[in-house]
Amino acid sequence: MKTIKEINAKIGRGDAVVVTAEEIIDLVAKKGVRKVAREVDVVTTATFGPMCSSGVYFNIGHSKPRIKLGGGSCTVNDVPVYAAFGAVDVFLGATAVPDDDPRNKIFPGEFKYGGGHVIQELAAGKDVRLECSAYGTDCYPRRKLETLLNIRDLNEAVLFNMRNCYQNYNVAVNLSGKTVFTYMGMLKPRLGNANYSSAGQLSPLLKDPYYRTIGIGTRIFLGGGIGYIAWHGTQHNPCVERGRNGIPLGGAGTLAVIGDLKQMSPEWLVGTSMAGYGVTLSIGIGVPIPVFDEEVVRRAAVTDAEIYAPVVDYGRDYPQRSSRIIAEVSYAELRSGNIKLRGKTVPTGSLSSYARARKIAVLLKTRIEEGEFFLTEPSAALPGAESGYKVKPLNERLYKKE
Amino acid sequence: MISRKVVLHFPRKLVEQPIVFKLVKDYELNFNILKAYVTPDEEGLMVLELSGEEPAFEKGLHYLKSCGVKIQPLSQDVVRNEKKCTDCGVCVPLCPAGALLPDKESREIVFSEDKCIACGVCVRICPFKAMEVRF
Ligand code: SF4
Ligand code: SF4
Repeated sequence: MKTIKEINAKIGRGDAVVVTAEEIIDLVAKKGVRKVAREVDVVTTATFGPMCSSGVYFNIGHSKPRIKLGGGSCTVNDVPVYAAFGAVDVFLGATAVPDDDPRNKIFPGEFKYGGGHVIQELAAGKDVRLECSAYGTDCYPRRKLETLLNIRDLNEAVLFNMRNCYQNYNVAVNLSGKTVFTYMGMLKPRLGNANYSSAGQLSPLLKDPYYRTIGIGTRIFLGGGIGYIAWHGTQHNPCVERGRNGIPLGGAGTLAVIGDLKQMSPEWLVGTSMAGYGVTLSIGIGVPIPVFDEEVVRRAAVTDAEIYAPVVDYGRDYPQRSSRIIAEVSYAELRSGNIKLRGKTVPTGSLSSYARARKIAVLLKTRIEEGEFFLTEPSAALPGAESGYKVKPLNERLYKKE
Repeated sequence: MISRKVVLHFPRKLVEQPIVFKLVKDYELNFNILKAYVTPDEEGLMVLELSGEEPAFEKGLHYLKSCGVKIQPLSQDVVRNEKKCTDCGVCVPLCPAGALLPDKESREIVFSEDKCIACGVCVRICPFKAMEVRF
């Protein structure tokens, strides 16, 4: 039984043994769980994909004379930002689009530029245009402000994401007769293709399925810099059905994460345009798993062949919130290039980049080996599989109109 | 004399037939095969540079259509901006020519320009706008 303190001491001495969540698979096959648990100190997991619930808040500093943005309106590169806070704090959401974007008026919309792209440009150190109008007060008299901003001049620029790192996810297909454009990509009619979105055997919450090591306060790789797990993510749903290996058979746990945007890089925060759907941000995240004991190793050594995802129809079922599952397929099958569904061979596509997830797992491994990245003890656990914590659908209730 | 680049899509049942050679014999068209292969869905694909006299050219194309060959003019090139591609793979099942395929080892998505028929599907759907049209 190893502790975080012991592992950190080894990292400090430069002799921690770190492997990626892929490497541990072969290692366990060769040496067995017991030996690996003794030899290895940290397993690095990672994922890179579109994460819509992302945003950045920043403080622009006070102008002279002063302006209070709250209650007025504010855009960055024509993308609306939310300013209903203290005078010069704003929040920029990844899925915001400029007011004059045609959206889906000509279907499918292109969604060339929006919040996700602005976040990438900020991280890249590019100047962005801020335009604000305010109503003016005695203490904040100014009504108009137009200026260039650069991340290095902002007081704080913080990436906050209220839901990502989904523990498993749907495989999207289309059973209807017409092409649909979804957040899972373009889906051709009558099972034309099947799109999935998980790093599978590299994905953080699939390698620690009961959140034994990952919790609130865990230090992570976020967008190229250092971040922390701030909370469980929205729609966190840990009590779903699990396979015999403990892995959820569909979407389950999620994480809310936070980190300093100033440390991040445009390589790991990428503006994303989903045709017919909208704009979002793809993020690279890496989570270290400390090897406390053999159980950690056993869980972390699970392979794509042992992780199953539910296939869901995005032609009719998903939009109508039907919970029908057409089939269950493993990530090994998905990665083979096609899956068999209803007697048909269906080619597969992925939204999440396995190649990039692997790069992040290796990068985090290197940072730990070189003593640049230490592990933290979580300060609280995420609601677990026995907690009774559940995601709820909206219960719509009518109200009287005056 | 006119000369044009075209993409011919042969349905499965026509793949084995010497349709193109009839163009030479009966319509006196010259051609230069730029690309030819069978896609993963077993459709035959051929990119040709066709040239001949104007009336024969049109008749030749008409003949191809009557056989059930789909013709797509090729006026552009599609290239990939390697810096923008994240190797996600969402384009893979949508490419009709099998020009975007994952490498089993590196898991990167390899773009084979020699297979690309410039249909433009990936240009429309790549979430990172990595596929670009060059005229
Ligand atoms: S969809 Fe775009 S980013 Fe993704 S693999 Fe294809 S070309 Fe690269
Ligand atoms: S344009 Fe894109 S989708 Fe079309 S053939 Fe070329 S690579 Fe494939």
